[in-house]
Amino acid sequence: MSSRDRILSKLKAKMPSTVAALPDVTGWFATHRVVESAADKASRFRACIELAHAEVHAVTPANWLTTLREILRTKGLDKILVSEETTHGCAVLDEFPAHGIDCQVYDMAIEAWKTEMFNATPASLTAARAAIAETGTLILWPDAAEPRLMSLVPPVHFVLLDASKIYNTFFEAMQTEGWANGLPTNALLISGPSKTADIQQTLAYGAHGPKELVVLLLTEDAQ
Amino acid sequence: MSEHILEFKPAEGFRARSKAVVDNPFLRQSFRGAMDFLMSKRAAQFPDAEELESLRTLGERIRQYNLAKLPTLLEQLEAKLTQNGIQVHWAETPDEANAIILGICHARHAKLMVKGKSMVSEEIELNHAAEAAGIGALESDMGEYIVQLANEKPSHIIMPAIHKTKEEIARLFADKVEGVDYTDNVDALIQIGRNVLRQKFLEADIGLSGVNFAVAETGTLCLVENEGNGRMCTTAPPVHIAVTGIEKIVEKLEHIPPLLSLLTRSATGQNISTYFNMISSPRLAGEKDGPGEVHLVLLDNGRSQAYADEQLRKTLQCIRCGACMNHCPVYTRIGGHAYGTTYPGPIGKIISPHMLGLEATSSMATASSLCGACGEVCPVKIPIPELLMRLREEAFTAPHANPAMVGQGAGYSWLMTSVWKGWAAVYRSPSLYGVATWLGSRFSWLMPSKQGAWTSVRVPLKPAPRRLRDMLRERG
Ligand code: SF4
Repeated sequence: MSSRDRILSKLKAKMPSTVAALPDVTGWFATHRVVESAADKASRFRACIELAHAEVHAVTPANWLTTLREILRTKGLDKILVSEETTHGCAVLDEFPAHGIDCQVYDMAIEAWKTEMFNATPASLTAARAAIAETGTLILWPDAAEPRLMSLVPPVHFVLLDASKIYNTFFEAMQTEGWANGLPTNALLISGPSKTADIQQTLAYGAHGPKELVVLLLTEDAQ
Repeated sequence: MSEHILEFKPAEGFRARSKAVVDNPFLRQSFRGAMDFLMSKRAAQFPDAEELESLRTLGERIRQYNLAKLPTLLEQLEAKLTQNGIQVHWAETPDEANAIILGICHARHAKLMVKGKSMVSEEIELNHAAEAAGIGALESDMGEYIVQLANEKPSHIIMPAIHKTKEEIARLFADKVEGVDYTDNVDALIQIGRNVLRQKFLEADIGLSGVNFAVAETGTLCLVENEGNGRMCTTAPPVHIAVTGIEKIVEKLEHIPPLLSLLTRSATGQNISTYFNMISSPRLAGEKDGPGEVHLVLLDNGRSQAYADEQLRKTLQCIRCGACMNHCPVYTRIGGHAYGTTYPGPIGKIISPHMLGLEATSSMATASSLCGACGEVCPVKIPIPELLMRLREEAFTAPHANPAMVGQGAGYSWLMTSVWKGWAAVYRSPSLYGVATWLGSRFSWLMPSKQGAWTSVRVPLKPAPRRLRDMLRERG
């Protein structure tokens, strides 16, 4: 008998005969979490993620590129990694080089340029799929266009978030989007820049992931 | 009564180690300060008592529901993960788990493994096994990295280096990390760790991680962390190996939000961790990064023994938040190393006997004041004090057939049991009690002046010269 079969048979021999009732997760959230208006969700999201040391900038479709360029300038960054397969990535590619900002693209498998990714990629821009107001959390589903390391290795990570895609809770997000029917290779919740309190409970940012997380909160009208 | 009967003897090492910490004011201060910090952070996350209570009840139900279906869910998880392209391995013992992991490393001619935080990898002592096999195993969680540099073990399951001051860490870095000068600036220290480890993430052949929750219906491995090293280990190297105990499984994805909320709020007082990383497959065709190979090693190591008994099964509800140790008056005083086990504190006391047998751990359950704080804060309502009582019973009653645990009766002593039986008989019978107290008051001078642990910090016990019943009789 294999280890697998031995473990399973030991467990099966002692499995309770009565089936416990399915826990009522939906009921708990219905009675314990508020459902807020879009504006309230946006401000709760913002307050929470700012508390976790992220920077949030309200932008519109008309001005987000200028704002991004401005922030890059104030941070002294002249290079950014973008995707050439997304509309926001293409918009940056179209506009930034003319302003002296070097645009890198993630156009090949990481093996071909891992060292450059780790040592010479100071910033990146990706979109967020959605967000969660309750905890100030960005939801990212990295894919071929915006791969996993893009939101992890560069020390400054810019995230474009459509303010209309903010859910009240993580539970609401997964229910509404039907995550149980299938998840991507990697789904991520990100709630601030990388941090640690492992040295004498002193909070320090920029442990292994981005030192700075900058959210561009996109709404139709300027607020 | 002779001297050694009153003497209480926990496992030698445990007692000596506890004493060493209790005698060290700096260590005590470290732990006291850290525990106060964690307790107040947790309390701030639960301002609403009703919300906390109902969420704990939900958490308990979710864990019990899933444990009740454990073998079925393990099969479902295996099928789903396999379908997703993740390879599943099973290990009954730590040795077997190490052999599986090192086998994967050898097949890839791996030289360097970077590790995210994984208590199960500590449980199986993977670092030693890897070293013996010529594979470098490098811890990448800042706390674990510090502890590894110092050649020590974690003293807390969430904050591994909680026993160290920043000055100690500063000296450690200056001594052990090449080209580093002494600095006790925490930001600077973290940057040193970051720079060393970034290079390693880039070079590593294997990334190893633990698992906080495994979801059967989607075939997903979930990891909770703040630093990003967990994401590095599971994304940058060409192979990712996850290792977990068989109990960390839930059937439905919707079980995750309540458990995640309970975990981060109870553990570090955060409403959510910086990262929640959900992995459901290796790199797919067309994707540009992520490991091409993902493995999951499922470890038993005594968990099936706990599972077999309805009461002991509750031990497996644990989501490893560490709140029980943060609130434990014993842990706060003796720290994590004194226990000598991978998992310290209240959770360590109730899980370690299943992993190591009662013989090696019989004294652990007795090192408790049964104050109940652990059971009160446990986010999944494990009745830890009840389980401690049960383990005492298992350890100290006479060995019998079909025991629920390996090592049952390991702490049993015929003499001690007889003394307590005699004591009980005397207290049940008024006439025997009368004789005993009469003898006691007459021969109190026979009591030894040294009465084991009692007289180490107290005056000797001596029966009163006159019995209460005699004095009352006189008063009429
Ligand atoms: S026993 Fe409860 S309190 Fe202790 S680590 Fe486990 S879940 Fe947390």
